[in-house]
Amino acid sequence: MSDAETKAEGGRKIRIVVAKPGLDGHDRGAKIIARALRDAGMEVIYTGLHQTAEQIAATVIQEDADAVGLSILSGAHMTLVPRVVELLRAEGVEDVVLTVGGTIPADDAPELKRLGVAEVFTPGASTDEIVSFVRTAVDERRTLAAQTS
Amino acid sequence: MAVEPGSRRRAHQWLTEVYAEQAEREALFETISGHEVRPLYTEDDLAEWEPERDLGFPGEHPYTRGVYPSMYRGRLWTMRQFAGFGTAEETNERFRYLLDHGQTGLSTAFDMPTLMGLDSDHARSLGEVGVEGVAIDTLDDMVDLFAGIPLDRVTTSMTINAPAAILLAFYVCAAEDQGVPPEALGGTIQTDILKEYIAQKEWCFPIEPAMRLVTDVVEWCAERMPRWHPISISGYHIREAGSTAQQELAFTLKDGFTYVEQAIARGLDVDDFAPRLSFFFNAHIDFFEEIAKYRAARRIWARQMRDTYGASRPESLRMRFHTQTAGVSLTAQQPLVNIVRTAIEALAGVLGGTQSLHTNSYDEALALPTPEAVRIALRTQQVIAHETGVTNTVDPLGGSYFVETLTDEMERAAYEYFARIDELGGMVEAIKRGFPQREIADASFRYQQEVDSGKRVVVGVNEYRLADDEELELHRPDPAIERKQAQRLEGTRARRDSAAIERALGALKEAAASDRNLMPHFIDAARARASEGEMVAVLQEVFGSYTEQPVF
Repeated sequence: MSDAETKAEGGRKIRIVVAKPGLDGHDRGAKIIARALRDAGMEVIYTGLHQTAEQIAATVIQEDADAVGLSILSGAHMTLVPRVVELLRAEGVEDVVLTVGGTIPADDAPELKRLGVAEVFTPGASTDEIVSFVRTAVDERRTLAAQTS
Repeated sequence: MAVEPGSRRRAHQWLTEVYAEQAEREALFETISGHEVRPLYTEDDLAEWEPERDLGFPGEHPYTRGVYPSMYRGRLWTMRQFAGFGTAEETNERFRYLLDHGQTGLSTAFDMPTLMGLDSDHARSLGEVGVEGVAIDTLDDMVDLFAGIPLDRVTTSMTINAPAAILLAFYVCAAEDQGVPPEALGGTIQTDILKEYIAQKEWCFPIEPAMRLVTDVVEWCAERMPRWHPISISGYHIREAGSTAQQELAFTLKDGFTYVEQAIARGLDVDDFAPRLSFFFNAHIDFFEEIAKYRAARRIWARQMRDTYGASRPESLRMRFHTQTAGVSLTAQQPLVNIVRTAIEALAGVLGGTQSLHTNSYDEALALPTPEAVRIALRTQQVIAHETGVTNTVDPLGGSYFVETLTDEMERAAYEYFARIDELGGMVEAIKRGFPQREIADASFRYQQEVDSGKRVVVGVNEYRLADDEELELHRPDPAIERKQAQRLEGTRARRDSAAIERALGALKEAAASDRNLMPHFIDAARARASEGEMVAVLQEVFGSYTEQPVF
């Protein structure tokens, strides 16, 4: 991956927080994604396990992240995701690309998207698919931000 | 094995002259763990192999062929489906459903707050109460969980680790409530804290005090619970975290040896506790590699227990294990295909000589299973047991050139890892340095790349896909559970004697700071209706807590 490709419109590398909210310890997926995103040239901040929504929102703000990927395999996504969204909104963060991955029943995806989740990835999603989604989505937001500013 | 020179020449000649002329498919000829598989195995591969030394007879050292002489001709494996969700009452109902459908043992899944030592009304428990397992806060919950199930007549497995000693205390008191003494209780509590730091990641305390709690349980059970398995040394979660079969085998056994060393250091006689240690392995989709893994595991354990730890009772050398099919092999796409995967994995467990088996349900890549999916999973075991004929003879694959070679190779790979871990100063040190964690992360990333690049075919995921996957009826956690459980806990708190709680927790804290065994204190606190979260919090004041340095 060339540097030119990994830098979106704004010119800087994409910064993404990979986070594990809640209590489940299933970090295989989060670590694979973190590594794939890093190998694709992004700056990856992996929070580690058992993060509260408050901790995740604080990390996103502190790291000035372009995107955040939440990995949840505990079934608690309908509680944890809205909480993260709410906290980010309360801090005035509107332009971060939020994705969710894990054991998420298909029925829950529309509701998560309505809340502002850009995409939901379930078991079987390829790392390529996720990398290119994040890149495109961040590019679009940066373009939009450049046009409106 | 004595090999005729003529035959060896013939095998070599066949490979170089006949096989070399054949065209091969474009495919990865290696196991799912990346272990190379050759086109043909012959007696040539077993040149160093001595059946008397390496194979033996079933029920005899080194137990490669199985831990009992008659294996499934004498008694089938225990069909033990892991279950738990909601409050104790809902799970009790599922337990009775499974027993009514021919299941022969119980296995309890606890929810995440229970695994992490948090009460259901803790802020961090929000959204997780009763979702991935049953919520247990106090003895009252444990009593309801087994209501109407005579605890002296079923065996129970409990998958809990960091707070295992506390949950065991609840169980002992729940049995007491039924009039059953600890001596009469049969079953298993996982208590395998090392693999938590390696893979499963549900912890409460730093490693050293957590190891002390493990030994407290082992010691107490050796005295009071002769039918109980105080630790289930588990490779399952290591494999689910993305390890290879070789890593699962090596790290699990090394964890086991570490517990043995610690109990010996406490002053226990190895033959007093080793017979009650049991194991828990994954059954992944690479059929022969899995079978070789189980056979190698038994052989390594027997040899090490005898030769390194001086065990002499045959029961101390016999590795008995539970198997669960690989959750990680299940796909969210075309989920009914998971029934096929699970059947093949379960068959590997049976041909590998497992003592008990859990088969996953086809919908588990999406949610907790529905009763219908659980029933099919149980039926899968019943078909293997009663229709396929594989139970008619002991170790049907014994002597197979391929399986025996793989078993040898698996054993060698484990010893290579043992040496690397010893160089780091043993398993506890290796974990602190992130060694097993990094090995697993590397293996799981390598595998994912093979799948993403299409080098490894996963049916329905990167080949043979459908535009639209079939819709399934899924289990939905009941949003009212959280409130219901909080009310249960509130009720218990209102009924109990707060002076007694204070006394029990004070005594527990004092004992934690000494080197006394904590089990009697957990039992006292449980009887007084102290909650799990309260006991863990008191211990954390003495022990501290744990934060991982993540590696990826």
